[in-house]
Amino acid sequence: MTIRDKMIEERPAPGLSIGPLAWLRANLFSGPVNTVFTLLGFYLLYVLLTPTIQWAFINADWIGTSRDDCSREGACWVFVNARLTQFIYGLYPRDELWRVNIVFASFAVLIAWLAIPRLPFKRWVAVVTLLVFPVVAYVLLYGGYFGLRLVETHRWGGLMLTLILAVVGMVAALPIGILLALGRRSEMPIVKSFCVVFIEFWRGVPLITILFMASVMLPLFLPTGVSVDRLVRALIGITLFQSAYMAEVIRGGLQAIPRGQEEAAAALGMGYWQRMGLIVLPQALKMMIPGIVNTFISLFKDTTLVMIIGLFDLLGIVQAALSDSRWLGFALEGYVFAAFMFWIFCFSMSRYSQYLERKLHTGHKR
Amino acid sequence: MSEQATQSQAGAETPMVEMRGVNKWYGDFHVLRDIDLTVKRGERIVICGPSGSGKSTLIRCINHLEEHQQGEIVVGGVPLTQDVKRIEQIRRSVGMVFQHFNLFPHLTVLENCCLSPMWVQKRPRREAEAQAMQYLERVQIAEQALKYPGQLSGGQQQRVAIARSLCMHPEVMLFDEPTSALDPEMIKEVLDVMVELAREGMTMLCVTHEMGFAKTVADRVIFMDQGQIIEENAPEPFFNAPQSERTQLFLSQILGH
Repeated sequence: MTIRDKMIEERPAPGLSIGPLAWLRANLFSGPVNTVFTLLGFYLLYVLLTPTIQWAFINADWIGTSRDDCSREGACWVFVNARLTQFIYGLYPRDELWRVNIVFASFAVLIAWLAIPRLPFKRWVAVVTLLVFPVVAYVLLYGGYFGLRLVETHRWGGLMLTLILAVVGMVAALPIGILLALGRRSEMPIVKSFCVVFIEFWRGVPLITILFMASVMLPLFLPTGVSVDRLVRALIGITLFQSAYMAEVIRGGLQAIPRGQEEAAAALGMGYWQRMGLIVLPQALKMMIPGIVNTFISLFKDTTLVMIIGLFDLLGIVQAALSDSRWLGFALEGYVFAAFMFWIFCFSMSRYSQYLERKLHTGHKR
Repeated sequence: MSEQATQSQAGAETPMVEMRGVNKWYGDFHVLRDIDLTVKRGERIVICGPSGSGKSTLIRCINHLEEHQQGEIVVGGVPLTQDVKRIEQIRRSVGMVFQHFNLFPHLTVLENCCLSPMWVQKRPRREAEAQAMQYLERVQIAEQALKYPGQLSGGQQQRVAIARSLCMHPEVMLFDEPTSALDPEMIKEVLDVMVELAREGMTMLCVTHEMGFAKTVADRVIFMDQGQIIEENAPEPFFNAPQSERTQLFLSQILGH
């Protein structure tokens, strides 16, 4: 029999079990084999990274106006520099670029406002972003009102077009996806079968096929004289395609919410839309942030496919610039630039989703 | 206000819950068989029985979380039909407490209690919050109002769930094994709240195995087995002189140790 008559005091952890040195020893040099692998890893990093850094930064040429300004030892960023306006704005009239800049800047401000938790009036900013901003952006970019010059969509291009395709696709695909996911779980047979057929149809067809159909086949079905803008057709195709994927991601989240949640809400007298909007969806969407952002990222990259129906997004316009006879031979720089731009946007989305997940998780953990 | 008064006046005669010849099947399995049950206003009823006897299903039929296929259920004078509006009307006057609490984990304790008064009864936020604090105080958990359910113990969560139901001013409360998922040392704090509620005259239907609770507050105890009501009696004769063999066996099993 034992009886403790004095409680044990709290003691600090022993010496080399915490801190950076302990971390190094535990993770990189915990034994002879691991030490060899660690050193080998460092050597490989050195062999791969040194020439890359030398090419991209140390031996690169940055300033100039023509290919003669490049010493040709490293990357020739002069090419990207000279073409930057085109890469960002496409063939948008040069003296009207301020309109695009205003749209870019206000969008950045709105998104930052929504993303930074400390700023107030979130609800109003969200309303402005979703309802007012699209109208303003349309009027500014397309023109035709208030004495603004009309700029046809075939002159839109580059990063601007990529962002328009991606943002409109995301903003439209999410609510449609939510409705489809709810519809697929519905007990009403007609709603359910419609949603199942819709989702399975759009998921079963490659995006390229959809874009081809939108640009080549759709005009055949429309009466003569009626024409839908090519960009609008691409947008509709991308949105419907992505909403089908989004629906399946969200359905996964809906299934993870215990039935008791909906029952408790029902027992409190809430109707269907209140149960969904106040109880089930907020929890499901939070759980599905990684999946939703994953879909957003793939959508962002899929926008490059509009190249095949003659729209010049960022990648398309970089590729078009490569065939310019004055700048032959700078394909690598062009593609690295395009890849870097895509990476920046996708990586930011990924980081923000991780941050959001952590933030929304606090206090809910059991 | 006057409408409410006439309603409760009429309610003095009409029973709170009336079930006549209720039958229900899960596929081929006959879970509820010819259930006849009348609960008067202010009555406290405890339903017990072995697991799978249909006792949870029975009380879940009252607010249409389960659908019965035959028979009639009338709640506060309103017959329960397929009509969604009517189901929601009945649910507003019927509170329910679940075995696993079913608090909304993404909302604070206070928001859990305000949500339905604000959205279903369209009451202003400040009023709903003041009232929620009042009920949270009554279940002695007001100091946790700004925490999330996940930060509370099981007993605390169940007390919040009771307060959340009370915020809708229900005329009858259904308890579906409210203490079965709790650690032994937390059962008492929940039962205390329920006893208090019974003392205030709330109409209650409790599915529970807490026989001590049944002896203290119940007006009637109902024993169910295989989807039917086997025995129904006041607590004293029910526990001291059970008539049916099944009841005797059941009581000896749960009171035996």
